[in-house]
Order: sequence, then C-alpha cells, then structure tokens
Amino acid sequence: MNMEGILALTGWGGLRWVGPVELFERGPVWLRDWAVGWLPEGAKVWAEGLIPAVAVLAVFGLLFGLATVAERKLLGRIQNRPGPNRVGPYGWLQFAADGVKMLTKEDVVPRSADRVLHFLAPIVMLAPVALSLAVIPYGRDLVAADPRCGLLFFFAVGSAAEVAAFMAGWSSRNKYSLLGAMRAIAQMISYELPLVLSALTVVMMAGSLSLVEIVEAQSGYWWGVIPRWHVMTPWGLAGLLLFMAAAAAASNRAPFDLPEGESEIIGGFMTEYSGFKYAIFFMGEYFGMFAVSGLAVTLFLGGWQAPLAVLEAAPSYGWFFLKLGVMIAWFIWVRGTLPRLRVDHLLNFGWKYLLPLGALNLLVAMVWRGLGGWAFPGAGAVRWLACLAMIGLPAILWGRLLMRSRGWGPRVYRYAS
Amino acid sequence: MATGFIILAAVTLGAALASVMLRRLVHCALCWTLSMAGVAGLYILAGAEFLGLAQLIVYVGAVAILIVFAILLTQRRELLSIERLTAGSWVTGVAVAGLVAGCLWIGLAYTRGLGGAGGASGGPALETRELGELLMGRYVVAFEVAGLVLTVALIGAVILALPFEQPREASGRRADRPAAGEGWDARRQGGQGA
Amino acid sequence: MSVEGAGLIRGFIETGRNLVGSYVDPRRWVTVQYPEERRATPENSRVYPFLVYDGADPEEGLRCVSCKICEKECPPQCIYIVPAQDERGRPRKHPAIFDIDISVCMSCQICVEVCPFDSIKMDQAYAWDREDRFGGLLLHKADLARPNRYYRELHPAEARVVDEHLARERELRESGVRAAVRASLPGSGEPGGGT
Repeated sequence: MNMEGILALTGWGGLRWVGPVELFERGPVWLRDWAVGWLPEGAKVWAEGLIPAVAVLAVFGLLFGLATVAERKLLGRIQNRPGPNRVGPYGWLQFAADGVKMLTKEDVVPRSADRVLHFLAPIVMLAPVALSLAVIPYGRDLVAADPRCGLLFFFAVGSAAEVAAFMAGWSSRNKYSLLGAMRAIAQMISYELPLVLSALTVVMMAGSLSLVEIVEAQSGYWWGVIPRWHVMTPWGLAGLLLFMAAAAAASNRAPFDLPEGESEIIGGFMTEYSGFKYAIFFMGEYFGMFAVSGLAVTLFLGGWQAPLAVLEAAPSYGWFFLKLGVMIAWFIWVRGTLPRLRVDHLLNFGWKYLLPLGALNLLVAMVWRGLGGWAFPGAGAVRWLACLAMIGLPAILWGRLLMRSRGWGPRVYRYAS
Repeated sequence: MATGFIILAAVTLGAALASVMLRRLVHCALCWTLSMAGVAGLYILAGAEFLGLAQLIVYVGAVAILIVFAILLTQRRELLSIERLTAGSWVTGVAVAGLVAGCLWIGLAYTRGLGGAGGASGGPALETRELGELLMGRYVVAFEVAGLVLTVALIGAVILALPFEQPREASGRRADRPAAGEGWDARRQGGQGA
Repeated sequence: MSVEGAGLIRGFIETGRNLVGSYVDPRRWVTVQYPEERRATPENSRVYPFLVYDGADPEEGLRCVSCKICEKECPPQCIYIVPAQDERGRPRKHPAIFDIDISVCMSCQICVEVCPFDSIKMDQAYAWDREDRFGGLLLHKADLARPNRYYRELHPAEARVVDEHLARERELRESGVRAAVRASLPGSGEPGGGT
C-alpha cells in the first residue's frame, strides 16, 4: 500500500494510473497510511488515532477562524456595510489579528472567584465539543472514529458542555454570570430533547446509530436525478427544520442567544472571562455550531454524497464542507435577521412546540415507511403530500392554538372614544 | 486493558472520595459528576457501550444539573461550606463502610453472570440493536412501567411548580388582595375628599 | 398576511436583499471607508479655533490686536495671550504669544463670537493625533495663523459677510475721521451715522 500510495501521489503510472479525481478523493487517506507506515509497530496504533485527531482539530481550528471573519463580514453585508476589510486580503486574516489580541490580553480573574473552577470551565467546555467532532464522517472513509453508537456518543459527549456553563457562571461569583449560566443551562437541556428526537427519526429510518451507515443509507438517486437524502422526504424536511431550530438553541446561537446577549446580560456566564479563556469559550461555541451543523449535514443532507450523479467526480470531503458552509451561512443569516427570543418564550417554544412536533415527526416517518408499499402511478407524490400534511397541518394548528391561548396575534388597536 | 481500568477506577474512586470530603457543596457536586463520568468509562470498558453513553447523557448531562440547581435554588449561606461532616468517631464510619462493602461483595459474588466475551473481543457484549429488541420484546412490561413512573413524576413536578392559587373569600376576592376602599385607593380618595 | 412564517420570510427577503445589494450597489453602504473616504463636514461645523491674517505675511497681516477679550471669555481658559511691546515698552496691537491648548478647548465658539476684530475663527480639521498628548496639543501663534483665503474656503458665507464688513470699515476709516465725525453729529440726517 505504501509504495502504491507514494507512486499514486506522484501520478507515476508505475503500477496503476491514478486520475486527478481519485487522487483528490483518496489523497488524505493515502497520506495518513503513508505517514503511519513510517512508524515502528508499537507507535502505529497511537499514530492511527492521533493523525486524524490532529487533522480534524487543525481543519476545524482554521475553519473557526474563517467562520468568525465570515460571520462578521456577512453580518456586515446584511446590515449594508462591508465588515472587517483591513487585515489581509479583504479582511480575511482578521482572525489572526483577533487571535493575537486574545492571547496577549491580561487574564483577569475576580479576586473572590473560585480559581480552580474558573480555570477548568473553558477546558470542560471545549474538550467534549471537540470530541464530538470525531464521529462525523467528512468523506468516504474519512472519519476519525466510527463506534457502532456514533450518534449516541455525539449526544453523550455534547451534554457535558452544560456542566461547563454552570462551572463558569458559578465560579465567577457574579450574580449576572450566575443568572446567565442558569438560563444557558435551562436552554441547553430544554433543546436537547427536540434535537435528539429529530435525530432519532433518522436513526429509525436508517436502521443504525453509526453515522457512517446513516450516510451510506442516503446514497443513490431517485430516477437518477434526485439524491436519496433524508431531507427529500417530508419527515426529513420537517426533521431538518426541527433539528436546525433545536441546534441553534443548543449552541446558544441567535435568535436563542439570550444567555450571552450583549445588551441583555453583558456576557452571561462568560462575563468574567478575558483573553485566552474567553477565546476558548468562543471556540467551544463555534465548534459546537460546527458539530451540530456537521451532524445535520450527516443526518439529513446526505453527508459527503454529491447531489447529482455526474458531480461525483468532485472529492467527497469537498461536498461535505460545501454543505457545512451552507449551514453555517444559514446560521449567520438567521442571526442577522431574527430578533432575540425572551427566555420564557424560548423555553415555551422548546417544550410546548418543538417537542410534540418532534414526536409527531417520528410518527410521520413510520407512516411514510408504512405507505411505501403503494405502487399505483403517482403514488410517490400522494405519499409525499399525505405525510407533509400529517406533519405540516398540526404544526400550523398547534402553533395557532398555543398563540391564541397566550393571547398573541396581530396587534389590535383600540382607540379611546 | 488493565491500565485503562486502573486509571478509570482511580478517577472514579478519587472523585467519589473528594465529593464526600470537600468543603464546598458545589465542589462536591462537581466531583460526584466526575465520578459518574468515570463509571461511564468503566461501563464502556466492560463492553456495555450503550449503557456507558446513556450514563453520560443521563447522569452528567441531566442529574448533575439537577443536583446543582437544587443546591443553588435552596441554598442557605451556612450549608454551602460544610466544615465537619463527621459527627461520631471514625470507628463507626469504618464499621459501616465495611458492612456495606461486605453486602456488595456477597451480592456480586453470587450473581449469575450474563455470559458473553465482553470487551475483550473489541466490541460490545450486547449490541445496541439486541438491547433494543430485548427492551421491546422480553422486557417490554418493565420498560413501559418505568416510562409510566417517569411520566407520573413529570406530571407531579409540573403540578408542584404551578403558581399557588390563593383561596377566595366569600366576597369573591383573593385573600391576599385588599378590598376596594382599603389601601392606596382609600388614601387617595380620602385625600381628595379632605 | 397571517400565513404562518410570512413574517419570517419577509424578514429573510429583506436581509437577503441587503446582503446581495451591498455587493451590487456600494451606495447602499451606511458606513464610510475612513480614511480613504471622508464625509464632507457642513459649513457651520467647528472643531478648534485659528487666527486669520490678511495678505501674505502671517506676522504683519494678523488681525488679532491682543485685546484679550477671547482669553477672558473662554470658559475653560485655554487661550494664553501676551501682547507684544514696542521699543519703549508700550503695548502694541499685536500678540507676541498666542497659545491655545486644544486638549482643553471645548469648541464652544465663544471666542469667535466675542472677537470685535473677526480675527479668530473656527477651523474644521478634526484629525489631531499626536504622539505627545500634552505639548503636542498646545498650538502656538505660528500654528494657528491661516490666511483669509483659507477662511473663505472653509466658511464661504460667513467670510463674505466678514469681508464686506471689514471693507466697509476700511472705507470709512480711509475716507477720513471728518466723515465719521460729521456723520455722528445730531441733525445731520445721513444714513450710516454712528458706526
């Protein structure tokens, strides 16, 4: 394999001609195998685990930097202004300047703060989230770890971030930090349930908890043109919308960013953090956003699959990162458009609206599978519409019922007579 | 495999010990969380993948938060820092600990093993799929009863958390509101009349 | 429309229009790319004072006669004037030292309003970054003196009025004291009496 890999990398036709398609597609895997091949036997096991981990962290670290600049520039464009455009070409090296700034800032710890917890909180926030990036398949055979319960591992590890939020808020000895931490934790645990429920629908339909198998269950095309992604089914579409709403709330992203809204509570549980620790929190938040976006891509958008059969020549990881970029751009667009939700509205939305709809989505997925036996012409469209009505009508009616019971609706003006 | 077990056991036991010996209550709660995470690691090491991950989700993600909220929302200044936990002598403590350890030992020694190679073969002793099929097949009654108990607990918690309605008096007003003619309104009317 | 999600869609269309529009049409931008672009300041904007001189020589043509009214009236007392003395020690109508500390100046324009000789006016330069924040912001007479044509460029309407007024003053002065005295006698009936 090593020799072939090296020869293939150089494009030498010694053993076998490798076209550019396969070179780009298999390149990372060949690189890893070649690097591991240089090491002695004992170190091979370590290297096989370490190299993908380092690669994932490096790629996502760079993506984090670029995402911060992209967010500021996109938000600026949404607000009719250019965003940062001084550092680097069109401002794209702003994250380097920000990184240097964060590193050189004085690390302020309040005198009455609990030093051990204050120090550990950013680490406890970042480590589990980075760990959850390990199970997402980035391309064909490009996954750092593929346990049989990959999805469960993702959620198990992601739930440790709430403890970190509490640690940060408590150790700061600041009533606003504590309040922000309480809100953040309440929000995170409230929205874990809809998140898991929409993911559960996918697990049920794909038949496996392993993310690699879920991606492979979405391969193939209907009539050769429409990819068999889960989002192309009514339960998948509803599931994606539910998942995106719950994911935005679970990673404290607008419009659910009350725990850290600057105009509400200064920094929430991150108020007393400065310099590098704040950068770690920030990175943890963005990694969380990447992780849930990556999971959404994997579960609903077909992971690394190409959308058309002719486009399969492009490398699989290219498709994954393109879809991930679309998700991130969507999050940024939502942030620039929607106003922030008040905390009780937020919790009501999670428990009273998303949770029942998530359970209903599970039912609709079962009905979809049950109706799969129809064979009359036009059956596909009828099945689609029936299942869409099954999830869409309750969504609309339930929303109206909830709003009416609270007395919300279009504003009615009464004039003094 | 042995080194992994030793490290995880040390973390679990050390965190558990710290959680009973530390002075600040919140530190105790967080050390308990760490020991639960250690237990989850031990489950995974023993081949129960699903159980270990579920342990993480339930204990570290939910129960730890519950305990922390309980501490914070019911705090009294003096309880946040526990100076001395021991009331009697250490002999009693050792005796009770020995008793508990003896009961656990006997219980474990006489438990029928579940069979299966466990983590030695590299995979879980019981596949998640088989676990699911067992829960929905042989043990479905226990599963449903557990779900029912949890639902009852949830409903009870919601009822406990509802705002308390004051009893109404015969005149139809709430007991905690003053009648018309008393309070601020009366003073204002009295002032205007004067 | 009260269709579900209509408000959301409208919001997204609006921000989407901004997003695409800000690339297509830079006139949409609400910000100014300082320092490459600068917004023009209105004619009446003011920052710190400067001294006006007529002609080409900043020393000889300086309108200021060191009457020290502006020094007295300045609320934060940022003006420091020392009148020049001639060879016999008598004060001349010229300042030897005229310093303004612009780190103290509050741009109230009172010095401009009280000056009887139209010799101190407000400048519009706002970029005063210096490395020395004490001495670097103390402006002396040479730094403050600007020609009248500079004043005309900055405040054209004001400068026109001031120039007319000064020209009329000069006319009245050069046409002789007799003309002024005759005009101030009661019963002469001439307009423009009692300037």
